[in-house]
Amino acid sequence: MILEQLAREPVEQNAAAGRQLIVSLEGVSKAYGGAVALARLDLTIYAGEFFTLLGPSGSGKTTTLRLIAGFERPDTGRIMLDGEDVAALPPFARAVNTVFQDYALFPHLTLVENVAYGLRARKVPKNEAHEQAQAALEKVRLGDFGARKPAQLSGGQRQRVALARAMVNQPRVLLLDEPLGALDLKLRHQMQTELKRLQHESGITFIYVTHDQDEALAMSDRIAVFSQGRIEQVGTPFDLYERPNSAFVADFVGSSNLIGPGHGILLRPEKILLLPPQAAPPEGYEAQPAQVREATYLGAVTRYQVVLADGGVLAVMEANTTPLGDRLRLTPGDKVLAAWPRSAATRLAPINNKGEVR
Amino acid sequence: MKRTWRAALSAFGWRHEGAANAALLGLPAVWFLALYLAAIGALLVTAFWTVDDLSGNLIPGFSFSNFQQLLGDPIYRTIAVRTIFIAAAVTVTDAVLAWPFAYAMVRLAGPKLRAVLMALVLVPLWSSYLARVYAWRLILAHDGVLNWALNALGLPDMQIGYSNWAMWIVFSYLWLPFMILPLAAAVERIPPSLLEASADLGERGMATFRRVILPMALPGMVAGAIFTFSLTLGDFVTPMLVGGKGSDFIGNVVYANVGVTNNIPFAAAYAVLPLGVMAVFLLLARKLGAFDAL
Repeated sequence: MILEQLAREPVEQNAAAGRQLIVSLEGVSKAYGGAVALARLDLTIYAGEFFTLLGPSGSGKTTTLRLIAGFERPDTGRIMLDGEDVAALPPFARAVNTVFQDYALFPHLTLVENVAYGLRARKVPKNEAHEQAQAALEKVRLGDFGARKPAQLSGGQRQRVALARAMVNQPRVLLLDEPLGALDLKLRHQMQTELKRLQHESGITFIYVTHDQDEALAMSDRIAVFSQGRIEQVGTPFDLYERPNSAFVADFVGSSNLIGPGHGILLRPEKILLLPPQAAPPEGYEAQPAQVREATYLGAVTRYQVVLADGGVLAVMEANTTPLGDRLRLTPGDKVLAAWPRSAATRLAPINNKGEVR
Repeated sequence: MKRTWRAALSAFGWRHEGAANAALLGLPAVWFLALYLAAIGALLVTAFWTVDDLSGNLIPGFSFSNFQQLLGDPIYRTIAVRTIFIAAAVTVTDAVLAWPFAYAMVRLAGPKLRAVLMALVLVPLWSSYLARVYAWRLILAHDGVLNWALNALGLPDMQIGYSNWAMWIVFSYLWLPFMILPLAAAVERIPPSLLEASADLGERGMATFRRVILPMALPGMVAGAIFTFSLTLGDFVTPMLVGGKGSDFIGNVVYANVGVTNNIPFAAAYAVLPLGVMAVFLLLARKLGAFDAL
């Protein structure tokens, strides 16, 4: 319960600050030919939030971002930006900027010219625009690269130029379309930290599209999980992981065991203990005898599949906190007692999109 | 057995990349050196020869008399200026006409319309050049289709047959595909996300054209301009058929000196001029950055 309170605190701070609405989609639909991309979508995003649109490819998350940017027009519904319906406005008339998946840097312009592009569009005098662009490049630690062309940069550097080019315009909302998708894992983690820092320093609202649930959990204040053109659930990372409202969300955000009658109860693999078969389970734990079917050593953790007496299969994740010697702790065939705290078995609650239990 | 020597040959090529490249480049290189560079060399050498007035025999040597004659007689200057000026006018005209067509074809049209537009560009290239020029002769002549249509509408005649205007129109028509094709290819290579990025950063369509599309498609436009300019510069058939009297091109003078007066050295000397003009044109294009992407 304490953990829960800690995790919810940021949201409540937002609530205390009045939670000024900045973007809201009201009944927005979009179809391409006959294929429905979005079906009557409602979404509200508050000023200063790091808000993530999470979902598999084709779920409608990128379409939603492109609708907010103005690259697509909705078939129905309103797109409110700062209290104004912008659904009929072209992209150049909206106070939002986009970081593109392929970065979309202008290859014929230097980095300074790239970053100054939006300022020049707003008739900022050339010298002043270039000074601001230079300052923006320094903020993303590319101050010495201003005279280079994009082709002379690495992927991570291009990514940072794309960020500087969008943020230098001080948009009300920054839209990021899978911006880290093309980077390798280590660089991705660095950039996640950098993005959080830039968002914190600028106070700009970030709307972030990704299909990577780890990235979404690590960075977001709130996440909307998309599936087949609809939003399955909106909530904090803690809400989505600990209290998913559907099997889809439970499965997409983390891995899951669905147990009990009608498979309506979620049990996360890392909540399960594997004890010796004769051990007495701790207080408040439910326990069942089981047999190890598969053991996969993953370094920090070991992943097991265990078969229960009734034939059910559980995925179990065990942290390798103690030295194991030169073998796995458990190997296939070993008999164990699988035990989990009763409070960890969560009913998949139907929850509405505002994060409240119905 | 066959497999073995083929495998051995492949392996040899794999081990000796230089030999493999030489085998591939050999034939085109010989072609280029023997036929192309040698011909230009012969042209440059012959330009300094002379012809015996009485016997008509070639006199090898090194004389500037051909060039003195060309520079001294104002008629040759007039012809050169006319040729270069019309080539430039045709190039500008084709660039202006090609832009909206190329852009619409690769950016706005759906797959079906695109195929139709592409056919419109290509089909004229499959028909005879002469037939098309003669067709224009019939259109532009004093009692041609143009004036017939104007009269039918109650408008007065236009006297543009057999004039520089006629050459300008016919050349622009003839070489337009050579501008559209490289330009369309260049526009197509611009990633659509760059146009979205420009709009996202606050620029409207025309500003996006000026700041992104035009500079990025410049190499394609220059490639097209090299075609339209050099094809016009070297032509002599269109001036003959639709230009009428007093609209000779450099090519017509060369043709007359080779075929009629049999003064090949003089023809060669005059033919050096378009070579020089093209060299200057290419240098300017390079300065514009047209070849940076190659």
